[in-house]
Amino acid sequence: MSTTFIETKTALDTALRPATDAGKPSGVELTDYDNRQTVGNITVDHPKMVCRNVNVYYGQKQALREIGIDIGANEVIAFIGPSGCGKSTFLRCLNRMNDTIVTCRVTGQLKLDDEDIYAPDIDVVQLRARIGMVFQKPNPFPKSIYENVAYGPRIHGMVNTKAELDDLVRASLERAGLLKEVDKRMNDPGTSLSGGQQQRLCIARAIAVNPEVILMDEPCSALDPIATAKIEELIDELRENYTIVIVTHSMQQAARVSQRTAYFHLGDLIEVGETDHIFTNPKHKLTEDYITGRFG
Amino acid sequence: MAISQDAHTVKQFDLQLANLRNLVLEMGGLTEDQLKRAVAALDEEDMIAAREVILRDRLVNGMQVKADEDCVSIIALRQPLGSDLRMIMSLANTVTDLERIGDGAKKICRMAVQIYDGVSSPPSAKLLRDVTPMAALAAEMLHDSLDALARLDVEKALTIIHNDDELDQEFQSALRRLITYMMEDQRTIGHAINVVFIFKALERIGDHCKNIAEHIVYLVEGKNIQKRRNLDMSLAILAQEKSSP
Repeated sequence: MSTTFIETKTALDTALRPATDAGKPSGVELTDYDNRQTVGNITVDHPKMVCRNVNVYYGQKQALREIGIDIGANEVIAFIGPSGCGKSTFLRCLNRMNDTIVTCRVTGQLKLDDEDIYAPDIDVVQLRARIGMVFQKPNPFPKSIYENVAYGPRIHGMVNTKAELDDLVRASLERAGLLKEVDKRMNDPGTSLSGGQQQRLCIARAIAVNPEVILMDEPCSALDPIATAKIEELIDELRENYTIVIVTHSMQQAARVSQRTAYFHLGDLIEVGETDHIFTNPKHKLTEDYITGRFG
Repeated sequence: MAISQDAHTVKQFDLQLANLRNLVLEMGGLTEDQLKRAVAALDEEDMIAAREVILRDRLVNGMQVKADEDCVSIIALRQPLGSDLRMIMSLANTVTDLERIGDGAKKICRMAVQIYDGVSSPPSAKLLRDVTPMAALAAEMLHDSLDALARLDVEKALTIIHNDDELDQEFQSALRRLITYMMEDQRTIGHAINVVFIFKALERIGDHCKNIAEHIVYLVEGKNIQKRRNLDMSLAILAQEKSSP
């Protein structure tokens, strides 16, 4: 370096000044309780799903109000919030699981790769193959481990020969991190597995039909910490190929697995942001109160 | 203010946080007292008082250990997030700075004991003349930073950060004067070296106060201005390296 000490010091002093000013209180305070506009950036550069002005009603009761959020390709996004805030309802909108509830009505715009998933010509069965789901309680079919995974590809006509199906089942179990444990017992009932294994079997079943998005509704709430860790590791690996939306009551889990976090409160989407921002420096008072455990 | 003042659902958590904060403020009070006593001992040539300050530094260290343990325990048991997490991190960092300030007070006393060892002749008053204004500045900074911490006062914290230059300049000119004395009369060098250490200790105390002020800004605003400044500094150095042939 050919600069003298004095020159460097002058440069440093210059650099110092604006930076210290930048630390001045900006006057930005936490968004107050009464403001129910979504705080934070709801858009992403490469959205897989785009949701705008989504309203959901159960009969007369409105469960979600004007939800707008992008779900980025190959990201893990976590939905958090207290019970009854609408996070599961919103998750179920994403692959039209709410269609099964008679009184449920969904309005607004929900797009998967620019395609309106509520358009009349959409085949819901195909849609749910593209947007898979894993539930809170592991729910393997009362069939063998092999059949649990083989069922989806077979009904969707994804394979032609038994050998192809075998390969697909094994590949799915492998990706779900379960193959080693079940390789010798493919014909045992799925229900004979432990809870954590059953949940990974359900994930294998979901990825067997090669979905683009995987929705997970509290996938670890019935599992012990070790099985939870395995699922979380799996989520991180699956991110390479899939987009994952996870609803969780465990803020630590949301913090561990997701890149973005959305906080719901009583039917409103309160705040969306990068996960480490949400958990260290949230901008809405409701988010702050929820994550710090100050909820009245 | 960007932090929640409401109570937690778990009352025990509130209690633990309040206890930690009180411990840190108490530790701050102790270091303030240590600094005051150290400067007074030097001023009054009271070596008994100086040795007492040196001994009492263990108390400061003990409080640091306790505060650190409490921080670890809260993180492990409560998994704090948001402003709670920022509070724990800021307090843990503040504790480190307070301990160093305590070390500074001890250092002043060590030097006092060396200067007034009863063997060599006492130094001329002019060598120590700059200690009083520098000590006053450092003490004021410490007092203000503790006050800002107690009140979570960002404005005050930023003032402290801006005013740290004053003590730094005082240090530089005190050093220059000392060099003049040493050049005039080489017999002063022995004492002067010890005095340099005292100046340095006071200047460092100012730096630690500035750190505490930065922790307060982070606690309240969630902004790491220290990180930001270091980033700007390295960018400035890089830019200069590029522009110079």
